[in-house]
Formats: sequence, structure tokens, C-alpha cells
Amino acid sequence: MNLRMVAVAALAVLVAGCADGGAAAPPSPEQRTLTVFAAASLTEVFNQLEPQFEQAHPGVDVVFNYGASSDLAQQIVNGGPADLFAAANTSTMKTVSDAGLVDGQPTVFATNVLEIVTPPGNPAGIKSFADLARPDLKVVVCAPQVPCGSAAEKIEKATGVTLNPVSEEPDVKSTLGKVTTGNADAGLVYATDVNAAGNTVQGVEFPEAEQAVNDYPIAVIANAPNADIAHAFHQLVTGAEGKAALQSAGFGSP
Amino acid sequence: MTQAAVRRSGDHDTGVGLPRLLWVPAALAFALIALPVAGLALRVDWPRLPELLLSESALDALRLSLLTAAVSTALCVVLGGPLAVVLARGRVRGLRVLRSVVLLPLVLPPVVGGLALLFLLGRTGLVGRGLDIAFGITVPFTTASVVLAQTFVALPFLVVSLEGALRTAGRRYEAVAATLGAAPWLAFRRVTVPLVLPGLASGAVLAFARCLGEFGATIAFAGSLQGTTRTLPLLVYLERESDVDAAVALSLLLVVVAVVVIAVARPRTVEGFR
Repeated sequence: MNLRMVAVAALAVLVAGCADGGAAAPPSPEQRTLTVFAAASLTEVFNQLEPQFEQAHPGVDVVFNYGASSDLAQQIVNGGPADLFAAANTSTMKTVSDAGLVDGQPTVFATNVLEIVTPPGNPAGIKSFADLARPDLKVVVCAPQVPCGSAAEKIEKATGVTLNPVSEEPDVKSTLGKVTTGNADAGLVYATDVNAAGNTVQGVEFPEAEQAVNDYPIAVIANAPNADIAHAFHQLVTGAEGKAALQSAGFGSP
Repeated sequence: MTQAAVRRSGDHDTGVGLPRLLWVPAALAFALIALPVAGLALRVDWPRLPELLLSESALDALRLSLLTAAVSTALCVVLGGPLAVVLARGRVRGLRVLRSVVLLPLVLPPVVGGLALLFLLGRTGLVGRGLDIAFGITVPFTTASVVLAQTFVALPFLVVSLEGALRTAGRRYEAVAATLGAAPWLAFRRVTVPLVLPGLASGAVLAFARCLGEFGATIAFAGSLQGTTRTLPLLVYLERESDVDAAVALSLLLVVVAVVVIAVARPRTVEGFR
């Protein structure tokens, strides 16, 4: 009996949640929804900024669509309902601006560099980028087709160190996952991913990472239905509060 | 009631009794499958197609996909065949529970299956840790891990269709063979197996097709490396990040392979499936 009531309540919450998501479209004067498409690596920072923004703008609900920047860009080009787009690299932003969908110029608001990630305690004793080429190590990287992989490739070229990875993963989180589950000895991920993974991993910074700095651009989408509040969120991200949140998450400033 | 019975019995011969109303949802269902595939074909960059399909990475992925799907299907037949016989013919308590467990990969998202395999056979997993310490074997990131992932997700397809065939065939012929003095193994080999061969074949085709399309379990368990673990679906997923044309071309290739599989199998097996 009790269990059934719990189940019914859970179902009701679920249904309400779904209905909420579905009814996001019509912007009425008092209740409006700002839709932000953002790179997955921005999840923690943007979620942190959300409550204070909603408090400062009564009646505004911020909804995030986090994902791979390239996917998000494709969605926007194909009519995805974005007001604001924050990408993890300039080339995906270019996809959107080439389609004439950017209002003004994109602003670079953060940077991210690669870092070596190892299991806690760094059992393999990795100290440098060159150590990753050791034949006894199982190293995972991102595939060159995705931003974290092209950054790794750039560093390999600049340093002349050739890695022999056991896997080239399709995104940075799955690269991280191979290390956190203990199946790889080391991986190349972003500094912010090491930061977000907390105690489950240990990061090893290396100076060559500066050879491949990733710029994060943000832009309001052209003819966005909520352009005014999109500009306000843009200002929050590029302003002092945004900078502080980004910095504590491990991002660099441009 | 009698009318309905008459209609049903005459259905095969006369074609009477198909309500017209069914055509509408049927056409919608067909469109739902056919139109997206047509959309894919329309999106193909035909002039670049040969170059995209003959690239080294594409050929490696195709070769690996066909190889692993073939090995996995063989494993499904060798392991899943006997399992289906046990499920259909066994007289042990708890078989129903066993059957629900066998069906799990059908219901689970493949990526969950991949994680489960990882936590069993990964380097820190239940069995994987022992393999690593005792023999220095690590399962993830190898071609064998791709085969394991595919076999995991495809096994129920083979088991379900073969079990169905076994139940439909019944036990009469085996009983006759037994009265004629055939031992269980002989009756199984000479009577049961030939009887359910079409069911086995259709199950194998379904399993092969499922293996060919496997993505989630593979990426979670085996990773993605050209020539070793990067099968066609993994390459499609990766290429769509940077080169949508390449992803579309490879998708078309997968569609063509799937159509060939259906065409080869259809006359004897899939149709006999109903």
C-alpha cells in the first residue's frame, strides 16, 4: 500500500517533469524560458550560475542542452531552438556563424588545456608528456576527429613524442571513464575534467599543453526569441561572477 | 463467431478479410522505416562516395565489422543453440527464471551491457583482475572484447527464435525415434537438428545483423581503435563529429550490408519465421 503510493507519487513527479519539458516553447510576458546550448564541459559552471540568474530575472527559467559542441552546432543549424550557444572550440561555433545564425560576434570567454589523468596516487609514476609513450602503459586518448583528440595530436606533433594508445575514444568523458574504471593507466583529458572527477583520479599537468589551448566562444543566436535575456546570460558568463566560477572549475581565462 | 472462424481459415487462400482501415497505420509504419533511410540516401555526397568508402579507416572498419560479427554469430550458434534446446526441452525447476535472465540483453541498453562486461572482465573487474595478475591478460581494448560485447547483445536473438522453432516442432518425431531405439544424442542429431534448421538459420541471421549494428556495449567495453576495435558503427559515430559526408557514406554502407543480409536470408528463413 505504502509502496504503491510512493510509486504513484514518483510517477506523478515524472509526468509533471515531462510536461514541463514539453511546454517549454511559448514565451509569455511573465513566464519565459531561456534555452542555452552548451558544451558538456560547461555543465558544472552553468548549473552553478543558473540559480542566481533566475533569481535576478524573475519569471525566467533557464533550460540547458548540454552535449558535444559539434552535435549542438548541427542541431542549431538544423533549427534547434537555441537562444544562446557556448561551444568548446571555435570551429563548431564557425559552423553556426557560417550559417548566418550568430547575432554579432562570438566572444571567447574561457580556455581549456589538456592534462594527463591517472588513477589516484599515479601508480605508474607518470611525470611528463613523454612518459605517455612508455611501452608498458595502457594510454587512452580522444580520436583526432574530436577537439580533445586534435589537441592531443597537435601536442604530439609539437613535441615529436608519438603515443601508442590502446583506444581513441569518441569523447572526453569516455576517455576519462577508461581511467576511472582502472582499465587504462593514463589518459589525456581537459584540466576541467580532472577537476570535476575529484578524488577518483589524479591529474598531471605538463607544460607542452600550452601548444594546444582550446578557446570557448559564446554567442547569442540570430533572431533568438529570447534575445534580451540571452544577452543578459551572456553578460553573466563573461562578467566577474562567470569568470570566478569558470576559474574554480579549472578553466583558464582568454 | 462462426463467420470469423470461416474467414480465418480461408485467409491464406482467398485474401479475404483484410480490413481497409489497417492500411493507414500500416502505411505509416512503413514510411517511418523507409523514409529516414531514403533521407540518408538523398544526403549522400555521390561524387565523393568512392573516396569516402575506400579510405583506409573505412576498409579497416568494414573488415573488422564483418570478421567480429561472423565470429560472434558462430559463438551464438555454438553456445546459444544448446541453451535454446535446454530452455525448450529441459525439465528443471527455475527454467523460467533462467529464460528471463537470457532475455536481459534484449531489454537493457547496450551500453549497460558494456559496463557490466567491463566490471566483470575489466582490469579491476571480478574475473579480469585475476586474469591480469595470473596471466597478464587484459580483455578490454582487444578484438576479442568486441566479439564478447557483440555475443552478449546478440545471444537472445538466436536463443529466442530457435526456442520458438523447437516448441513449434514439438517432440513427436523425437518420440518416434526413441521408440525405434535411438539414443537421446542420436535423436537430437538426426531428428531435432534437421527439424529446426530454418529456425536456427533465421536466428543466426538476426544475431549477425544485431552484431553488425552493435555500438553501445562495444564503446563501453572495448574502446575504439582503428583496425582493432573500431567497427563500422563506431566509425560512423566518430566521423559525424568532423565529416558528416563520411558518416553518411558509411551509414549507407551499413544499410547496404544489412539489405544484403536480409536478401540472402529472406527466402528461406525470415519468411519461414511467421
